[in-house]
Amino acid sequence: MPAVSKGDGMRGLAVFISDIRNCKSKEAEIKRINKELANIRSKFKGDKALDGYSKKKYVCKLLFIFLLGHDIDFGHMEAVNLLSSNKYTEKQIGYLFISVLVNSNSDLIRLINNAIKNDLNSRNPTFMNLALHCIANVGSREMAEAFASEIPRILVAGDTMDSVKQSAALCLLRLNRTSPDLVPMGEWTARVVHLLNDQHLGVVTAATSLITTLAQKSPDDFKTSISLAVARLSRIVTSACIDLQDYTYYFVAAPWLSVKLLRLLQCYPPPEDAALRSRLTECLETILNKAQEPPKSKKVQHSNAKNAVLFEAISLIIHHDSEPTLLVRACNQLGQFLQHRETNLRYLALESMCTLASSEFSHEAVKTHIETVINALKTERDVSVRQRAVDLLYAMCDRSNAKQIVAEMLSYLETADYSIREEIVLKVAILAEKYAVDYTWYVDTILNLIRIAGDYVSEEVWYRVIQIVINRDDVQGYAAKTVFEALHAPACHENLVKVGGYILGEFGNLIAGDSRSSPLVQFNLLHSKFHLCSVPTRALLLSAYIKFINLFPEVKATIQDVLRSDSQLRNADVELQQRAVEYLRLSCIASTDILATVLEEMPPFPERESSILAKLKKKKGPGNLPDIDDSRRNVNGNTEHHEPTETTNKSPPSLMADLLPTNRPRPASSSPIMLSAGTMGSSHPFTDLLNLNSPPAAAPSLLVDVFSDLSAPASVEVSEDNFSRFVCKNNGVLYENQLLQIGLKSEYRQNLGRMYVFYGNKTSTQFLSFSSSVTNGDALKGQLIVHAKSVDPVIDGGAQVQQILNMECVSDFTDAPVLNIQFRYGGALQNIAVKLPVMLNKFFQPTEMTSQDFFQRWKQLGAPQQEVQKIFKSQHPMDTDVTKAKILGFGVALLDGVDPNPANFVGAGVIHTKDTQVGCLLRLEPNTQAEMYRLTLRTSRDSVSQRLCDLLSEQF
Amino acid sequence: MPFFMLLFSRQGKLRLQKWYVPLSDKEKKKITRELVQTVLARKPKMCSFLEWRDLKIVYKRYASLYFCCAIEDQDNELITLEIIHRYVELLDKYFGSVCELDIIFNFEKAYFILDEFLLGGEAQETSKKNVLKAIEQADLLQEVSHVKNCE
Repeated sequence: MPAVSKGDGMRGLAVFISDIRNCKSKEAEIKRINKELANIRSKFKGDKALDGYSKKKYVCKLLFIFLLGHDIDFGHMEAVNLLSSNKYTEKQIGYLFISVLVNSNSDLIRLINNAIKNDLNSRNPTFMNLALHCIANVGSREMAEAFASEIPRILVAGDTMDSVKQSAALCLLRLNRTSPDLVPMGEWTARVVHLLNDQHLGVVTAATSLITTLAQKSPDDFKTSISLAVARLSRIVTSACIDLQDYTYYFVAAPWLSVKLLRLLQCYPPPEDAALRSRLTECLETILNKAQEPPKSKKVQHSNAKNAVLFEAISLIIHHDSEPTLLVRACNQLGQFLQHRETNLRYLALESMCTLASSEFSHEAVKTHIETVINALKTERDVSVRQRAVDLLYAMCDRSNAKQIVAEMLSYLETADYSIREEIVLKVAILAEKYAVDYTWYVDTILNLIRIAGDYVSEEVWYRVIQIVINRDDVQGYAAKTVFEALHAPACHENLVKVGGYILGEFGNLIAGDSRSSPLVQFNLLHSKFHLCSVPTRALLLSAYIKFINLFPEVKATIQDVLRSDSQLRNADVELQQRAVEYLRLSCIASTDILATVLEEMPPFPERESSILAKLKKKKGPGNLPDIDDSRRNVNGNTEHHEPTETTNKSPPSLMADLLPTNRPRPASSSPIMLSAGTMGSSHPFTDLLNLNSPPAAAPSLLVDVFSDLSAPASVEVSEDNFSRFVCKNNGVLYENQLLQIGLKSEYRQNLGRMYVFYGNKTSTQFLSFSSSVTNGDALKGQLIVHAKSVDPVIDGGAQVQQILNMECVSDFTDAPVLNIQFRYGGALQNIAVKLPVMLNKFFQPTEMTSQDFFQRWKQLGAPQQEVQKIFKSQHPMDTDVTKAKILGFGVALLDGVDPNPANFVGAGVIHTKDTQVGCLLRLEPNTQAEMYRLTLRTSRDSVSQRLCDLLSEQF
Repeated sequence: MPFFMLLFSRQGKLRLQKWYVPLSDKEKKKITRELVQTVLARKPKMCSFLEWRDLKIVYKRYASLYFCCAIEDQDNELITLEIIHRYVELLDKYFGSVCELDIIFNFEKAYFILDEFLLGGEAQETSKKNVLKAIEQADLLQEVSHVKNCE
């Protein structure tokens, strides 16, 4: 038993807690708890009415049990009863229970809200505070609905006690965070701002937090707070430390308030008013000066509080990014901290400097600390500090120091913690690419990466090096030579085999002149790795072999023997078997010319955003990634590399303009290997390389995972790959990635439609929290109504669930709704968005008519805006039957014998919307010689004609 | 913006938990388990801050108890460290040289003191005197009947 038992001792509770502590095992504890739960339950259910004290005691015991980590499913009602007790401690325990064990039971919420309302109206400040604390702790939407308009009134009322004002301010802050839409702005906002002038520093502190949150939401409404905040800050920083009495903390004047004021000012740009601006600058200078003064106390609390204010001031200076002297002073101050004996300060200095590095004014000043930072990387004992050092090196990197920084990062990588290796790999890969002048250096760096940390080299990284080598012919020979040498290492990483296989397959001929790397030597080297590799790598190697057959006819027989062996031709893996069979066949029947065409060198990749960068961003969250955008630093004059990279040949300017994918199709010139790749599964590495549109969604950042309720869902790219395939058909596979397949069946009648969406789990693991909803863009709202039935939240491995969507077309529309899917797979939240193929033509009813009728209507629809015509090149072979099927699939009736030219197609139909019906006539004129079509649409509505023409013209 | 505050013992027993964001019980338990493990694994001289998931964790050990706050990226670590210290001071003053047992047996008081000091995760009253005054006033009210204001 503790020596102190302040307040009202609840003996029964203390005994119970002692019992639990004395339990020797988990089982004994559970037994004791179950006994107690049974006891409490019987007391609560008993006929005898419990007095307030007992009720309080039992509720408190339940609370204790809950806090031990056990589930509590009763007692809520008793706790709610305590709320209306007139004994303070009973009420207090009731509120505590409610705050900790919120229950969304609607009846209870009503009762709780009633009790809160009574206490808020009680005029008893202690009761009011309890009620406000409860609202702030629970912060639920129901409470926001009930009290969000009431609390501002309490906050600004003249007769409200200070302590109640403080609670009310923070209560409102919490509600504004959870339900910002429910907190009404109004005339009270002006009065809240004036709380910054309040006599009571506690009120000012609470109010500053509230104003900061509100100002983030609507900065304009709180602009007046700038001058008040500056004035207040100025008074604090110039005050003698005893002036503020109890608000002085270890000789630092009001550190919390100072930090909050500085934070509030970060919601705004530098003040426009010159006097105000100079006053603020003075404040910031004073804070920087104080950092140089000898400490007033040896206590760590003193230096922490002082430096907390200093760091916040530096954040504001960086945020304003407008006063070069302040920025450089901040940088020098942080430079001192880099060598401070306090680990915490070194950590924070590294962190802060990262943001300074991205300012044009201080980038150079940050760079002067490079040696210290490199030293930190080598000597810091705490991995989280080393991590900061890596971040800072990344942020301060530019062309002048890239080689040094990359070299240091690489050598650190050898001993780095496993937890941060992948990130360092990404960073090295990005820097090496971004600042490469000499691409041999780039190739060496990436191969080193694979050698040192092959397991952490993600696909994006090795895809990237291949893209760069393919796009730059000045480096191809070097790359071939280097990978050839690297492959000689006794144990080389599989990623190296992939890169090696790909590069030798493309450019092995460039080093084949040397007898030490003759074709056969190259082949034997690659093939010596074959059996140790995983299936995808083996598949890639098989593709390299067929490329060898084309490059080096002299090894054809050797390779054919390999392909012909049972271990290939009868491989249990379908992909490998198919490749072996197809490649062998190809090498046997195709002439040299055909082989040369099919297996021609890969065409250059189009410029795309680097997926490495995208991956790093995803890993770090956008806000956390230091800005290493060059354009900004160029303002500073020196370094950078916007001068055209003279060595570039095939690809436009510098490569770092970022090639990689995410959703781009392959290069326009149809790539030779596609011929065979097209017949294969999507796991074909060559195709994957080109068409990286469906990597397994990498686990999104953990914050999204855990706090998915808070953070806006990471914006997901809407997939529309298969959209146009559904213009002329209603069923099929809409979307597929490694986890999920989405299939559709749909039927339409007049202006109504029904779609069956099938979600197939391709994995063997359950999908949890599965949900899917349909969103209509703004334009689409009111034009198309989609009602989605709910779908089972769990999809077992290998199982399929179905969702029904009911649709109603209200008026003609152009956009398409988006199907948003969310689920957890193996702990990671997956977000998928797919454009739903609901198009205007789905609401067609075909109309048969005679030639005479047709031409009569055709003439009636003769106004220029009613006709839309498009002439376009044929994308597919011009087959009459296929074309007919497509027009029928489009939804119109195909009218025979109407057009005098039998080669032309003519169709008619009516689009049904709720508002109106739109008659449509169409005519498609193929020109087989030119491989062109002319499509003409006439409807009574220009928007309909346009949309239908756009949809249909994509189909031929 | 603060996310939560946890107090746990060197043995990993949770002594106090305060959540400033709505999370399910399951998520709370998961976070607690992982975080307790992470923090306990750290060595004494290490820095008081760490990146954990997408949050920053600020923690400090006092005797057998770890005090641990999760804040957002742009929040101030050092002032959070002093928030923890001030809370410890408050407990210390209230209980008179506080120890883990005080918090176990008077857990409800530990919550009440925290509510007076921090609300919605933000400092409500940073003056030690004012916070203790509020708590002591409340203690005086115990068992004193109040006639409810008639509506």
